[in-house]
Amino acid sequence: MKITLEINSEEKSLDIKPGEILADSLRAAGYTEVKKGCDTGSCGVCSVLLDESPILSCSFLAAMADGRKVTTIKGLREEVEEFSEYLVNEGADQCGFCAPGFALTVLAMKKELNAPSEEEIKHYLAGNLCRCSGYEGQLRAIKKYLEAGYA
Amino acid sequence: MHKEFQEVKKDRQKIDGKGLVQGRPAYTDDLAPGDALIVKLIRSPHAHARIVSIDASEALKLPGVECVISHKDVKRIPYTRAGQGHPEPSPHDKFIFDEYVRYVGDEVVAVAAVDEETARKATELIKVEYEVLEAVLDFEKAADNETIIHPEPEIHDMFPTGFEPKRNIAAAYAMEIGDVEEELRESEVQVASSYYTQAQAHVALEPHAAFTYLDLHGRLNVVTSTQNPFHTRRLMGQALDMPLRKIRVQKPRIGGGFGGKQHVHVEPYAALITLKTGKPAKVVMSRREVFEASFTSHQMRLDVRIGATGEGKINAIDMHVLSNTGAYGEHALTVFMVSGSKSLPLYNKVKAVKFGGKIVYTNKIPAGAYRGYGAVQGNFALESAMDELAHKLGMDPVELREKNMIAEGETSEIFRIMGEGTEGVEMIVESCKLDYCVKRGRELINWKPGQLVQETAPGKVRAKGVALAMQGSGIPLIDMGSAYLELQDDGFFKLHIGATDLGTGSDTILAQIAAEELGVSSDDIVVYASDTDLTPYDVGAYASSTTYVSGNAVVRAAQNMKQVLREAAAVKFGVDPEQVEFDRRELRTKDGAKKVSLKEFSYDTLYHEGANMKTLSASGSYSGEKAPPPYLAGFVEVEVDTETGEVDVLNYVAVVDCGTPINPNLARIQVEGGLLQGIGMTRYEDVQYNAKGGMRTNNLMHYKIPNREDVKKLTAELADSYEPSGPFGAKSIAEIGIDTPPAAIANAIYNATGARIRELPFTPSRVLAAIRKANR
Repeated sequence: MKITLEINSEEKSLDIKPGEILADSLRAAGYTEVKKGCDTGSCGVCSVLLDESPILSCSFLAAMADGRKVTTIKGLREEVEEFSEYLVNEGADQCGFCAPGFALTVLAMKKELNAPSEEEIKHYLAGNLCRCSGYEGQLRAIKKYLEAGYA
Repeated sequence: MHKEFQEVKKDRQKIDGKGLVQGRPAYTDDLAPGDALIVKLIRSPHAHARIVSIDASEALKLPGVECVISHKDVKRIPYTRAGQGHPEPSPHDKFIFDEYVRYVGDEVVAVAAVDEETARKATELIKVEYEVLEAVLDFEKAADNETIIHPEPEIHDMFPTGFEPKRNIAAAYAMEIGDVEEELRESEVQVASSYYTQAQAHVALEPHAAFTYLDLHGRLNVVTSTQNPFHTRRLMGQALDMPLRKIRVQKPRIGGGFGGKQHVHVEPYAALITLKTGKPAKVVMSRREVFEASFTSHQMRLDVRIGATGEGKINAIDMHVLSNTGAYGEHALTVFMVSGSKSLPLYNKVKAVKFGGKIVYTNKIPAGAYRGYGAVQGNFALESAMDELAHKLGMDPVELREKNMIAEGETSEIFRIMGEGTEGVEMIVESCKLDYCVKRGRELINWKPGQLVQETAPGKVRAKGVALAMQGSGIPLIDMGSAYLELQDDGFFKLHIGATDLGTGSDTILAQIAAEELGVSSDDIVVYASDTDLTPYDVGAYASSTTYVSGNAVVRAAQNMKQVLREAAAVKFGVDPEQVEFDRRELRTKDGAKKVSLKEFSYDTLYHEGANMKTLSASGSYSGEKAPPPYLAGFVEVEVDTETGEVDVLNYVAVVDCGTPINPNLARIQVEGGLLQGIGMTRYEDVQYNAKGGMRTNNLMHYKIPNREDVKKLTAELADSYEPSGPFGAKSIAEIGIDTPPAAIANAIYNATGARIRELPFTPSRVLAAIRKANR
């Protein structure tokens, strides 16, 4: 079946199979920045924005994205460029496999929450797992990034 | 000694960092050709069985199914999947496919089809009939069990390792220095306990993946998420009976390793399909497959006895270990060895020390390399026993350690006696700031002897605990790394290294090391790594080797490069090479009469010097004559809920001596990441099975790893230290962070509740049961 949707501000028509998950459709269409890590909606590496909200594209039927707006990390070039500077300055990028999904969720959080506390940050991002960093370096980067934004 | 550095000991950005965050294609599955056949594996549903028949006729009728391969189609060659030096200390006891399956997850059939859906359907249409055999699931009952897991005659070890498969023993070892029984008898105070460590899953977020294709020359190209491309090439050559010249292995970016990718897992199955069909093929493990059919860490039982004088001077330590290697013996002997060799030398002033035991086969998922590589298990047992001894002596646990711990300028006979599968190497410890690490850690956690406990609310008790650790820096005289440098026009250098960046940042820090030695900026070093065709040999990323071993190789290559530059410039200047200096991007005669910038000179050597033109290049290799240990003092504050058994880690302090941190930011993250992986192991991570040997924890809903809400505070600091044999004073840092949490948290729980827990992980039910037992 065919679906039509907006991906990173471009209108796209995708040929999908019934029951296909959005992460697979996006990767097959060349959006390899959408990673797959757990198959059960547990790790967050497949995060994309559906309209304005982050979703786990490995647990979302592609058919349900018909007529909607999907944004991957590559659709947020300027913002991610800015945030990646903070993350890389902390050395917290590490293997990077969680980074596109994580960075996208940080950017969504920045829009959604006003001056979040440390606890709110951790809660918002709890679904984005990282096995390399121990999270502390990511937290240092987020705090500096947010502080710079509100300065 | 502590000279000012320009490029190292600096927080340079990781060279691949921004590209990865921005989602550029980088990992194996991102780079696979779109027309690659999708390979799916049918895996054994039984812990132990013989395959009676395989009927693939229905699957082969399905349009889009390319081929089906099983044990009937491949040469029966025993090999090991362990990425290790040659000859491997691991037994050759695995076949790509076999008539027998030895754990739930063992490979039975490979199916290749044009897409995922067809491949998956095909696996459902293939009928496999099994004769189910008795399974050995309890590792304490495995040795001399009447069920033999490996009766096949052609399996073997590569040199004597105590391999006795007819007894379900993969390897065995024993050593003793002095007379331990005598010294224990003479000791005024003794402790003796058994400690149990569980199997932990690596959970690198990128699942194991590989794709293969034949190039223009008919050579097999393998692109894979591996920690050791050169070992992978050698192991695949063995398994597929192919000359190594026919194989090229490349590692793109990989999404974490932690030891989990220090093996061959999926590569041979993609390769078989490519060799049979001539077409590209791809295997990407599902998360369930990663859990069920890659490797875990080694489950162990460690029996420890310590004897000491009434003043707390340790006379003797005995450590006896039983390790579970699962269905195959990858890393069986060596991980076991490290449980002793990288814990016992911490207390080097003993009169006698003994280490021994065996590693047994069971019908469970094989164990393999895992960050810490046995040191975690040894540390949990030894550092728990040290606290038990302190309490028996009525002595502060930190004071007991300070009285007995290793110091700079000292040695341990264990360094000489215990290597990894072979004998070790003598070593004087030239850098050890453990005394500082303990002092600083005590300050950071606010350790006050006798005041380690505080009741914060009814049923909530806070307490502190301590554990020390050591690791290594590569495997001496076995691990070798190499580097190649070449001057390019415009005056920059390309650096080719066989070293394997797992996301730790080793490509970046090796460029920093090259830049420091050459006196140029890191930006002038372009790195290409981990490709068996295009980069020089390196063992790969394991045993905390890259900074020290590959880093020293880079230093040597850069030293040689400077000599090559001086010689070439001497020809240009018409003087002897000794008259030429190279500094800060300029070549000049010592009298200053003649000079040329590196940029100008690079054009000269490639375009302007007629018959004297040549490529200016140099290489260097390094094999360590020793493996200087990094040291860590771990202090933790926990809060125990005495009604629920919940243990919360409020602050974990680690002060580490890693020598010179080449890139302090990246070094610190290694420590923090290691700590949290260790805390996860301590609190809840546990590979669990049902009664038939099927894995219950085969997804991230049933196998929990720490999320960011589980972290209250990690405090990682680096000591000021300098290792004379290291590149610009560096040692290693990748593994040591994981070592102390199990013991430090166990010790803190004891201080909080009086309950001594000797079995990991410390789940609420286990903690609660221990508290109740202690209160009885």
